[in-house]
This record gives sequence, C-alpha cells and structure tokens, in this order.
Amino acid sequence: MSEVIRLKKGLNIKLKGSAEKVLEKLPVPATVALKPTDFPGLTPKLSVKADAVVKAGDALFYDKYHPEIVFTAPYGGKVVSINRGERRKILEVVIETDKDAGSASFKKADPSSLSGEEVKEQLLKSGLWPFIKKRPYGVIASPNQKPLSIYISTFDTAPLAPDYNFVINGQLATFQTGVNALAKLTEGKVYLGVNKDSAFTGVKNVVINTFEGPHPAGNVGVQIANTKPLNKGEVVWTVNAQDVLFIGRLFETGSVDFSRIVALAGSEVAAPKYYQTLVGAPVASLVQERLVEASYHLRIISGNVLTGTKVGPQQYLGFYDSMVTVIPEGDEYEFVGWATPGADKFTASKTFVSKLFPKKEYTINANMHGGERAFVMSGQYEKLVPMDILPVHLLKAVLVNDIDKMEQLGIYEVIEEDLALCEYACTSKIEVQKIIRDGINTMIKELG
Amino acid sequence: MKFIKNFFERTEPLVQKGGKYHWLQSVHDGFFTFLYTPKTTSKTGAHIHDYIDLKRTMSIVVLSLVPAILMGMFNTGYQHYKVIGELASTGFFEIFVFGLIKVLPIIIVSYAVGLGIEFVFAQIRGHEIQEGFLVSGMLIPLVMPIETPLWMIAVATAFAVIIGKEVFGGTGMNIWNPALVARAFLFFAYPAQMSGIKVWVAGSQTADAITCATPLGDAAAGTISYTASDAFFGLIPGSIGETSTLAILIGAVFLIITGIGSWRIMLSTIAGGAVMGLILNAFADSSALSEANQVFFGIPFWHHLILGGFMFGAIFMTTDPVSASQTQTGKWIYGFLIGILAVLIRVINPAYPEGMMLAILLMNTFAPLIDHYVVQSNIKRRLKRATVKGQTA
Repeated sequence: MSEVIRLKKGLNIKLKGSAEKVLEKLPVPATVALKPTDFPGLTPKLSVKADAVVKAGDALFYDKYHPEIVFTAPYGGKVVSINRGERRKILEVVIETDKDAGSASFKKADPSSLSGEEVKEQLLKSGLWPFIKKRPYGVIASPNQKPLSIYISTFDTAPLAPDYNFVINGQLATFQTGVNALAKLTEGKVYLGVNKDSAFTGVKNVVINTFEGPHPAGNVGVQIANTKPLNKGEVVWTVNAQDVLFIGRLFETGSVDFSRIVALAGSEVAAPKYYQTLVGAPVASLVQERLVEASYHLRIISGNVLTGTKVGPQQYLGFYDSMVTVIPEGDEYEFVGWATPGADKFTASKTFVSKLFPKKEYTINANMHGGERAFVMSGQYEKLVPMDILPVHLLKAVLVNDIDKMEQLGIYEVIEEDLALCEYACTSKIEVQKIIRDGINTMIKELG
Repeated sequence: MKFIKNFFERTEPLVQKGGKYHWLQSVHDGFFTFLYTPKTTSKTGAHIHDYIDLKRTMSIVVLSLVPAILMGMFNTGYQHYKVIGELASTGFFEIFVFGLIKVLPIIIVSYAVGLGIEFVFAQIRGHEIQEGFLVSGMLIPLVMPIETPLWMIAVATAFAVIIGKEVFGGTGMNIWNPALVARAFLFFAYPAQMSGIKVWVAGSQTADAITCATPLGDAAAGTISYTASDAFFGLIPGSIGETSTLAILIGAVFLIITGIGSWRIMLSTIAGGAVMGLILNAFADSSALSEANQVFFGIPFWHHLILGGFMFGAIFMTTDPVSASQTQTGKWIYGFLIGILAVLIRVINPAYPEGMMLAILLMNTFAPLIDHYVVQSNIKRRLKRATVKGQTA
C-alpha cells in the first residue's frame, strides 16, 4: 500500500449527535422527487407530463444542452406533480410510488467484459450518469470528454458525516463492480482515497491513496490537490463512494436500484442513526417523530452543516446527499454574545474558553454570530485549506471578476466544499461558497 | 435586561428608511448589535458559523492593551513626581490617580471624535458601524506624549479616521495603520509641540511645563540616561503606552494565545530590530562617527527592543491585519524589514531619535507589494507544474 499522506491543515468541527452505527430499513416512501436544482448549472427539459406512469429508471427530464444526459425516476409510480418556482423554473418532479410499477430493464453484464462506450451508454440511459461529476467546476461530467482519471473518496470528514466503512458493509462486491465500470471510462486510473482502518483497502483495479488529517481531508478535491493537482485544460471525474454502488447494482442486476443509506444526525435528533431509504425520499419520512421536542425553531439540512441545503419536512432529500442534519435555527438575540467567555461555544479561533475542552461535543445553531464585514483578519483561511491555494486572493479575484487571476490562483482546483470551512470560521462572515460558485459560473460562461 | 431589547425592537421602525429618526439608523443598529448579537441566521453556504466576529476580535485587542494602559497611567504619575522631586513622599495610589486623571481625557477625546465620525460615515454610506475604531481609538492615546493638547488629539483623530481610513472605504480597506496616521500627522503638522523635551512628562496645573528628554533623545545626544530594568518595566519618559516592555509583552502573550495577533510578524519584527542593532554595534568603534553617534551605535542591541516605541509597535501596530502583509510568507518579510528600518531610522536619522512609526508606515505602504510577490510565486508554481507536466506527457 502507498504511503500515508498526512494533511495538517483543516478542522474537525465537533458537533453533538453523530449517528450510531445502527441501520434501520425504512418502507418505500409514499412519494419521491427529483430536483433539477440539485445540479448546478443545469437547464432541465421535461420528458414526462403530469400523471404519466413511469418505471424506476425511466427518464423524467434531461439536460437541454446535453440531451443524452437524462435524469430518471428513483422508483416507479405516477408523476403526481411538477412543482415550479419563479419564472416557471422546475423545482421538483414528484412521483407517487407504486410497488407494482416495476423497473426499466438494462443490460446485465460484467462491466469488465464491456467496452467503454457500452458502459457509458448504459449509465447515460439509466440516469446514473449525473452521479459522475467533473473537476474543474464540480458539475455533471460531459460524456464526450475523456477524463485523465477518476477519483473516489471513501471517507467523509465533514461534521457528523456518515461513515462509509459502515455504509459499505456487505456491499463491497457491488462497489467493486461499480469501480470496474468506471475504470472503463478513462484511459487513466481510478484513484481511491481511503483513511486509516478503511474497509476499502481490498478494492482491486484502483490506485489507493491513504490520507490522514482533519476535515477537509475527505474531500475528493483536497485528495486530488495533494496527489496530482489539476492543471489548466485537464479534466478528471469524481464519484461519491455510495454512488458507486448504484452503478455496481445496475450492472449486477440489469435494473436501477436507488436505495441509499442516509445518516440522520445532529443535536436535535432524538436517536441519531442510519436509515435505508431512496434517493429523493421525502425529508419527513426520515425526520418525522425522530427529532427532540423543542420549543425553538429547528433547521433541517439535506447534507452536512457546511455544504448542505436547508429543507423543510415537506421537501425532498438531495440527489447526492447521504445525510440529513438537524440543528437549532438559533433565530434569537443573544445578550452581548460577542463578550461571553463561551465555554459552550465551539470555535476555530482561540478566543473562547471552549478551546480548553478539545474533547467536548457542541451544539451549534444556524445563527451568523455577527454581522458581515470587509476582509479584516488574515491567515485565518490558510489554516483550513490543505491545498497550495491562497484562498483570500482567489476570492478577491472572483469578486473583481478577473478571469486571468482566477485561473492563475487555482479556480480549477476548488469547488465550494473545499473552502466551506473558511466560510464557517470567517470573522467577517464572508459568503465564501457563494463567491466560489459565482467564480465557477463565470468561468463556465466565459470559457465553456 | 429584557426592557433594553424591547426598547431597541420598538424603536427599530422609527429609524428605518422613511421613519422619523431615519438619520439615526446606524447609531441605533450600532448600539443594538453591540448589546445583542443579532438573530440573523445563515442564508447561503455554510449553515453554521463560528462564534467569533469582529466585535470580539477587536475587544480582545483592546483587552490586550489594558496592561500597557495601566502601566502608562502609573508611569505618567511616576515621571511627574520624579521630576518635581516628590517621588519618595508620594504613595502608589496617588501616583496612579495622577496618571489616570491625565490619561483619561485623552482616551475620551480620541473615542468621542473617532466614533462620532465613524457613526456619521456609516450613516452616509448606509453601512453597519464597523468595529475597527475600537482598537484605533485606544491606540491613538497610547502613542501620544502625555502633554499633547487635547485639541491636537481631536484633530489628529479626525485626520486619521477620515484621511487614514474612511476615504479608502472604512475598516478593512485602509492602507496605513490609522493610529500611526494620527501620530504621523501630529509629528509633521506640529513638530515643535510634538518632539523635543517639553511633552514627555506631565506638568501639574500650577507649575510650568516640565522639560525632560526621552532616553532615546539622550542617547542620540550621546548620553545614556536609563537603566535597562527601568526601560523594561516602563519607568522612563515616553509616549503614554509605549514605555513598559513588560506590560506590552503581557498583551503580546494574550494576543498570541488567542491567535488574534500574528506571532510571525511580532517575532520577525523583533528579529529585524535585533539584527540591525547588532550591525550598528559592529560599527560603533568606527572613527568616522561622532562621539555622540558612537554612544548611540554602541548601546547593546537588545536595548533597542525595550526603548521607545519599538516593542509597542512590534506587538500592536505591525500586527494590524489590514495594513500588514496578508500572506503568511509576506508576514515574515514585512516584520523583519520593519525591525531593520525602525532601528536604522532611529539611530542614523539625525532629526528624530525614533523610527518605529515611520518604519511601520513605510512597510504598510510596501505590504501590498510584498504580497504581490508572494502571490506571484504561487502563480508561478502553478504554471510550472502545468508546463513540466506538459513536457512529459
């Protein structure tokens, strides 16, 4: 096995309410939904109308500019509603599930015996293609591009993140099938980022890199930057560890199976643990009657507390999300909050007494804890980004819309999640992730 | 405490746009957020945010200044009674209260003028009030000689806030350290009143001004008028907050523990000063120097660190995150050059035996240039990586 790559920079945010390693299988929810808004930059075109009956794996909508990329139903049933927002933007395509609706059938084959083109076609048709993202930019991979290599991170270091060593339990063979399929898509290699005591070390047909260190060591972008940093013009693809299973199952069974193991975690969850449900399951089916009784408001997040999306119980789980986090909303005033000693206030800085209790776990709410200011402090971001990047200078290049500078300072190497910790720790409360996504959108618009 | 919150919540509509007191909006918001951390929750990006904000950051710097303030007050009284010859017969408490009465008005004037201007600018711009002046307002009194007239403090503070900061866009945008801009303004606008020997020791209401030079002034003239221990503990004449190295170092420890002050800058500044001191020592015996110069060249290198404003500048002024270098590598270079320049200007410059203020202002000016080269090196690394790879591929 290769040597261990130790990353020093970063921070583990110690939140209360990590999921216990117990799995409960939930019944098929009454509805599931696919949200075009989960895919940055996508312009969706509908393939179905309301009231259409679909099988699992039938297309619901497709990408206007890449019609071959389709997004398929996670479960069979009837399309009950297509919810739209402002300017008729499609927000959700909701399906009322029906056990008897069945699944679309695809080729059942060992991917090792297929050609790259055949694998690609199967992934595109089945709607699994969107699970493959590309770097730079962190958007859905373009099927006509040839990636240098494919990267999979098998551990997530984000606060309260699910443990994939637990999730993968008993599904390693399927994972291997998925990896074999992916390997067909690149002339380069498939790289697997693993942590210490990983369950994935036995996976074949891959190059294994072992990483050690605090968050964001588990981010695939950080792993790429610390092995083979991306240069201008290079493209690699990335897939989330659990999403490789969907690909594996497709080739093993010839049908799509979108069941996903989701960690329900956070200080406001009565008994945090893992649940097996579907991609696009209703948030309510996970959180209902599983949260603590609270007199204050709660914030439910599809994803983790750094990069996730705020959702209501009537909304649906994000396409890529393997966890739901529930924390207090914190929409309350705090008397001279900035002056308290703060034994119960976790901080990335060293300005609260809590720094003396490194082992403690904390409840953190969604309050901003201060007003937005200009950049004042320096050196704060650098400590949290284990990449050869000058985060503040990159952000400033984005703010002044200087495309050359963005390129020179490494916009190709980062996506929002890689700098999410900076946003958490920022004294000036700068919207780091939004700025980075704006920069990426500018790059896509200007350079394609 | 609830009634305060109710008061602010009730008055909020009055100060909104179109309200009766809309011109008070920034002030209202300033006091409200000072007393109550707002209930705003995150809308985009990360759902959780650190508890630290600019208010806490700035108040930590002010806290770290407290030892220097107290020691400055004590020393003000100490120098006064020493010069009038009544030191032995005056109690500790009396000495301190004398200093307190002398220093407090300066602090009040500085804050009143500075915050007043900040409030007006915030209102004109429609901003929230920015906390930067909490620190500047305390630094300004501490770098002033005790006998600086209050009207001069007021004018200097106004100059610093308007020309030193607000014209650039407010906190976070300024090029120079505002407190040093105030000091430099007085130094160049009123040189007669701000240097020489009349301003360093507080007189009483009855007596005429007391004349006494600072040890640096004496050393420039070729006499050594201090002991190292007095200089370390702060019992020498000088600007209010700068004399006690010990008190400053206590503040430094606090700044480093809390991570608010950059230890890189502090350390490299001190290293730069020490290195320059050693270089000067090497030339102290040179016959090309006048006798007085030989004395000043020859003072032990580490005395430069405890005399004058060197340590105060190294700990509290160079580390201002806005006007300092912002890259980690840049900080080392920036601090080191300040140390070198401060001692160089102090000893070689014939007009004024202190160099910290000018050295820091000069390096503030150059900090963006230093950062530019650090950023360029990052860019070059990235380019090189791409070309090397291009060749092998």
